[in-house]
Amino acid sequence: MVSTVTTSLADVASSDATLRAFLHGLPGVDRVGADQRAAMLGTRSIKTTAKAQAIDLAISMVDLTTLEGADTTGKVRAMCAKAMHTAEGAPRVAAVCVYPDLVAVAVSALKGSGVKVASVATAFPSGRSSLEVKVSDTALAVAAGADEIDMVIDRGAFLSGDYQKVFEEIVAVKAACGEAHLKVILETGELATYDNVRRASWLAMIAGADFIKTSTGKVSPAATLPVTLIMLEAVRDFRDVTGRQVGVKPAGGIRTTKDAIKNLVLVNETVGDDWLSPDWFRLGASSLLNDLLMQRQKLATGRYAGPDYFTLD
Amino acid sequence: MFEYAPAPESRDVVDIKPSYGLFINGEFVPGSSSFKTVNPANEEVLAEVAVASSDDVDRAVQAARKAFGVWSSMPGAERAKYLFRIARIIQERARELAVLESLDNGKPIRESRDVDVPLVAAHFFYYAGWADKLAYAGFGDRPLGVAGQVIPWNFPLLMLAWKIAPALACGNTVVLKPAETTPLTALLFAEICQQADLPPGVVNIVTGAGETGAAVVAHPDVNKVAFTGSTEVGRIIARTVAGTSKKLTLELGGKAANIVFEDAAIDQAVEGIVNGIFFNQGHVCCAGSRLLVQESVQDQLLDSLRRRLSTLRLGDPLDKNTDIGAINSADQLARIRQLSDLGEQEGASRWSPACELPEKGFWFPPTIFTGVAQSHSIAREEIFGPVLSVLTFRTPAEAVEKANNTPYGLSAGVWTEKGSRILWMADRLRAGVVWANTFNRFDPTSPFGGYKESGYGREGGLAGLEAYLDV
Repeated sequence: MVSTVTTSLADVASSDATLRAFLHGLPGVDRVGADQRAAMLGTRSIKTTAKAQAIDLAISMVDLTTLEGADTTGKVRAMCAKAMHTAEGAPRVAAVCVYPDLVAVAVSALKGSGVKVASVATAFPSGRSSLEVKVSDTALAVAAGADEIDMVIDRGAFLSGDYQKVFEEIVAVKAACGEAHLKVILETGELATYDNVRRASWLAMIAGADFIKTSTGKVSPAATLPVTLIMLEAVRDFRDVTGRQVGVKPAGGIRTTKDAIKNLVLVNETVGDDWLSPDWFRLGASSLLNDLLMQRQKLATGRYAGPDYFTLD
Repeated sequence: MFEYAPAPESRDVVDIKPSYGLFINGEFVPGSSSFKTVNPANEEVLAEVAVASSDDVDRAVQAARKAFGVWSSMPGAERAKYLFRIARIIQERARELAVLESLDNGKPIRESRDVDVPLVAAHFFYYAGWADKLAYAGFGDRPLGVAGQVIPWNFPLLMLAWKIAPALACGNTVVLKPAETTPLTALLFAEICQQADLPPGVVNIVTGAGETGAAVVAHPDVNKVAFTGSTEVGRIIARTVAGTSKKLTLELGGKAANIVFEDAAIDQAVEGIVNGIFFNQGHVCCAGSRLLVQESVQDQLLDSLRRRLSTLRLGDPLDKNTDIGAINSADQLARIRQLSDLGEQEGASRWSPACELPEKGFWFPPTIFTGVAQSHSIAREEIFGPVLSVLTFRTPAEAVEKANNTPYGLSAGVWTEKGSRILWMADRLRAGVVWANTFNRFDPTSPFGGYKESGYGREGGLAGLEAYLDV
């Protein structure tokens, strides 16, 4: 879609000026229109067999998350157990997401299960530290066995127009990731405008992100439907231009099955099948899983079971 | 592959009677003959509906004349109470009205539920608010008398609201003829008038075809004629009314340009193009049926548009996930086919997404013509179907020239992120409505109407009062 790209995207980041010119040359986003489109897709009615399929797909896409100061080894072990054994016949989740110091706990708890371990890094959630600290934060998590790193961008630098700094940080963290996949958190609630969301998405992808992620979950608003829509459009257009596919992870504020299904509809009608797998789309959430399991059981049995029939871990 | 299971809205919420009479003087009375109204999605007969003869029309006008005395002398605040009551009942019975509209018209339930019916209620609420404030509107507060109103089949209930709400707010009484293919929601509205205890004769609904409409328009005791429909019929009505003291407003055809500049928000422009021409199967007089795209972004925009069209869901209008419903009638389908075939013959390239059409009923796939020139029939004639003609331009001046180069002038759309250009374009476009970075958005506070062969007079907003007051 970005027809102005004539040189390779690597050249775009060769200087502050070219990077700025490129990002500001991206088509704008009309807020009213984007909100309207997301709201319309939110009215899709997903019932019966489609709902069953969507619920299982959503479960398999969950990044089960705990990011609290009060997190302990015990808490993480319990969450890992839940990640592997969601419910009778239900798929396991995609990954668990923890702070770097708890990665080793999660890795040992999940050994052989296929559930990935993701770790936030880079002075999460504010990102307010030096590049050295961010890189070593990342290296620590990778050394402990993290499969995926969820880094935050420097929103201060982004908002002040220092795109080059944001770019170089992502490149440096990506290098520190080694084999681990890099998810870049844009913290869209702080970027405020949809134009910024689109620019930050492209910036992260050019810098080498494997996934772009909406939010830390610590800032409100977190993952809204229009923001996820714009990020999906960005990964779609990026693949058109470069041939490289990047994943999307809305995180924060997705609590109900309805929310999850709306996200899947968004994926289905914006980027289609290619993104409808845990390899390319994740839902970052903590309380969502139990609602999915509850709706799953309701669909199978016709009755709701009380909350005591779903484990709290 | 994520396939949506069928999600049909239940049709049990609406009770369709086997036959309907005419609504005259607050009661349903039999007509001398009848016709059938069908569901265009499967050709199932929904009901038998009475045909109003010229005698029936005369009775309806007499009832309206008699009611005019009571209604026009009632304080505006009292008239407002009735209109507010009608608006609330419409909201309460919204599902019923939406389902019936989709059954009779073929439009997707998503649209009748989320667009038509909420706008209908909003229109009554809006004009209810004017009823006791006419003295401040600047057109005086003297009503005209009996309004004869003839409405089309594309937005049956919404066009009824556009006609009846301002007429009643100003103190007029009405005789309204719904379109012959979509009479059912007007008849349900008649029941709502009964439920609201509206004085008998204030609203009369006479069903039938062209002859009934002609009788309404030609009746000597009608003081005001309001028509929405084709330019062809509008001309006949203008001739009929010429030389009489009747006031006339006409809302006719259109061939709107939806103009996309290279600096537009492309993803939203694509949505606006889709909403501009595929909303209501393109059965919209102000549809953005000509896409004028700046040559520099043509390829990119058309790629995005084709991709987007491939996700449109065509099928059962009552399925909540349907985007494109049925064409309203066999006649209309024939016209769309004829003009589309002509488009190919004249050298434009035709494209539709892979899309399975149901076997029964009237269906036409969403269609794009590229390589269209101003001289092609599909760039000049109103198709009134899901068919988009794509033309290109190089400069803003050329866009204006092409957009205005049509006998019509109902609406236009401008897509650009540059505010000054929007204003520059709006100043120069000869169209009653110019949408900026959106399309097909309606609001009761905003006047709507055309230039040139798209008609005269305005409906909606403060301006909409003028048509129903003795200025």
